[in-house]
Amino acid sequence: MAFGVFGGSPGTAVDIDAAPARRSPVALLLLLPGIAYLALFFVVPFVSLILTSFQAPDPLGFGAPGEYVPAFRWENYTEVITTYWPHIVRSFGYAIAATVIALLIGYPLAYFIGVKLRRFPLLQALALVLVIAPFFISFLLRTFAWKQILSDNGPVVTVLQSMTILPDDARITGTPVAVIFGIAYNFIPFMTLPIYTSLERLDLRYVEAGGDLYASPVTTFFQVTLPLSMPGVVSGTLLTFIPAAGDYINASSDFLGSTQTAMIGNVIEANFLRTQNYPVAASLSIILMAVILLLVALYVRRSGTKDLV
Amino acid sequence: MTARASSSGADLQLEGVSKRFPGFTAIEELNLTIPAGSFFALLGPSGCGKTTTLRIVAGLETPTAGRVMIGDQDVTRMAPYKRPVNTVFQSYALFPHMSVLDNVAFGLKRRGIKDAVARAHEALQMVELDHVATRKPAQLSGGQQQRVALARAVVNRPALLLLDEPLGALDLKLRRQMQVELKDIQTDVGITFLHVTHDQEEAMTMADTIAVMNKGRIEQMGAPAELYELPRTAFVANFLGQSNLFAGPVVSAKGDTIVVDVAGRKVAVPRERAQRHAGDVTIGVRPEKLILHTTDPGTQAGVNVLGPGRVHDVSFSGVSTQYLIGIPGLGTLSLFAQNLVSGPVVGDGAEVWVTWAVDHGFGLADEPDEALRFDPDDDTQAIAIAQRRRIEAELEEA
Repeated sequence: MAFGVFGGSPGTAVDIDAAPARRSPVALLLLLPGIAYLALFFVVPFVSLILTSFQAPDPLGFGAPGEYVPAFRWENYTEVITTYWPHIVRSFGYAIAATVIALLIGYPLAYFIGVKLRRFPLLQALALVLVIAPFFISFLLRTFAWKQILSDNGPVVTVLQSMTILPDDARITGTPVAVIFGIAYNFIPFMTLPIYTSLERLDLRYVEAGGDLYASPVTTFFQVTLPLSMPGVVSGTLLTFIPAAGDYINASSDFLGSTQTAMIGNVIEANFLRTQNYPVAASLSIILMAVILLLVALYVRRSGTKDLV
Repeated sequence: MTARASSSGADLQLEGVSKRFPGFTAIEELNLTIPAGSFFALLGPSGCGKTTTLRIVAGLETPTAGRVMIGDQDVTRMAPYKRPVNTVFQSYALFPHMSVLDNVAFGLKRRGIKDAVARAHEALQMVELDHVATRKPAQLSGGQQQRVALARAVVNRPALLLLDEPLGALDLKLRRQMQVELKDIQTDVGITFLHVTHDQEEAMTMADTIAVMNKGRIEQMGAPAELYELPRTAFVANFLGQSNLFAGPVVSAKGDTIVVDVAGRKVAVPRERAQRHAGDVTIGVRPEKLILHTTDPGTQAGVNVLGPGRVHDVSFSGVSTQYLIGIPGLGTLSLFAQNLVSGPVVGDGAEVWVTWAVDHGFGLADEPDEALRFDPDDDTQAIAIAQRRRIEAELEEA
């Protein structure tokens, strides 16, 4: 299912192994554009990124920004980790928090659309359109709209202050709450849709069987419904967590964040585009990628989706 | 949880149960008592309300009116998971993400039974599947899945076991085998079985009592042999096996037989086997009770004679041969003859007479069917023959 987005489920691997018997020049020819595209736009930049991450400042450049020479400077990595470890920790903390919030909102939503609305196909289609509707407006515009809504003189802060829930000098934008909220908001559709796909196919007879076998509705949910929808939960959380960990829009001080909420994405952006410190930006990118890969591998292994039918 | 699974069966009682869905009525005023320890079959065509009845007993549907009692307990509004009832679902509904053992132990674990795993192994041994305990249901054959589903339900020792056409997906040989196994298990564990099926043979071989359901009502209830030998309605006569039905007015009702005028011929039926004794009635006889004659047998006491007619169709089925015989003014009769000699005795187009002992006839309670009286050649058998001819012609062309 949607998990295939991440480079192939076990099922596709088997298909590839079985393929040689039918392999033909035409099939290879059809694969060529894809291979060429990946080579050109993924493999080459990736190798270039690795090389950049080891570059050293140009000794003849008199410290001018943007001047680096090929080298094998290990220290880039240790320096980056010692300097930016709070940002790394913060990024993954925010990403995990946002993923959990998106899951807590997305799962019930997906359950409602996929199970409760099953008998009303028209309402179900309408609900799905509503889930996707935010995509009709640019991600940037929506985040900017939230900035206005949550701003110091905006309606939310004003109302909360007048109700004395918030102190008069409190703000929402620029705080971790706003950043996590923004990320969760932006990724709810990515969480909801894969879970919906799993739940929509859920055979309700299993749920009935749970009830028949002395499991209360709550037990049935945790023993039957949730395990059977795990493929969707895994896809949804990965689709949310991976981009969220590298997000730099929500956390940026131009949008919902401040310098106190900067995530790795913001640091990379600043180093690449503003201070032109390419080796630092590149090594941070590699670290981000490695940590994501590690966490995702652990997560997929723990959730054991391979065993699911 | 008030209701606990018990080790012996309990009576099931439905009192005036109705279930109406928007636009149609699935069950109408159903009254039914199933005594503890019996094997009860609800038999009927699809859409007759039998599955709805089962779901009401399981708690998966709430009746619009009426009460459901298990033992002395009113369970009408009780949640399914609190009822001392387990179901073998038509699709088995084995949890695909759990091993066979976990599936079987599921109910026991939910009830907090300590030796759940040991008991699950015992149940798997009973259905001879303990060697596949660690596999996932998808790795089992249909017959094995069915047995796991059965073990998963029986292991809980429910007061009442519901079987929702559990043999529907199996091939014939496996079905026979499972029918015997189910019956054995029922005898061993002594719990009350409620079996829902549209397969009359399955119902007859397994159940102690059959209730034939049609359009949300029970048409007739009784032991299999009783139902077969003495159907009370045309629906039962034709749903439970086949019947040859004739309609006509009663011309004499003297003594212990009634005589019916069937298209000019006199046919006698024992008085105690007829539901109605005057006016227009429908009478019938089972195809295997008919005897085929190639010469006019003449009139004999205690025997009904019809003929001459012509053989329309001969179909050989190993044990017996089915003849379809057209008799002018009467439509088509079906006759089963045991193959005591090899090959059919008469061929297509032969002129034949049909006789049967008066004692084998039965009279139905419902009003004679209009179609049966005025358009005898347009019955389902004639349509079936035409259809068969058409298919044969197509096959020859191909």
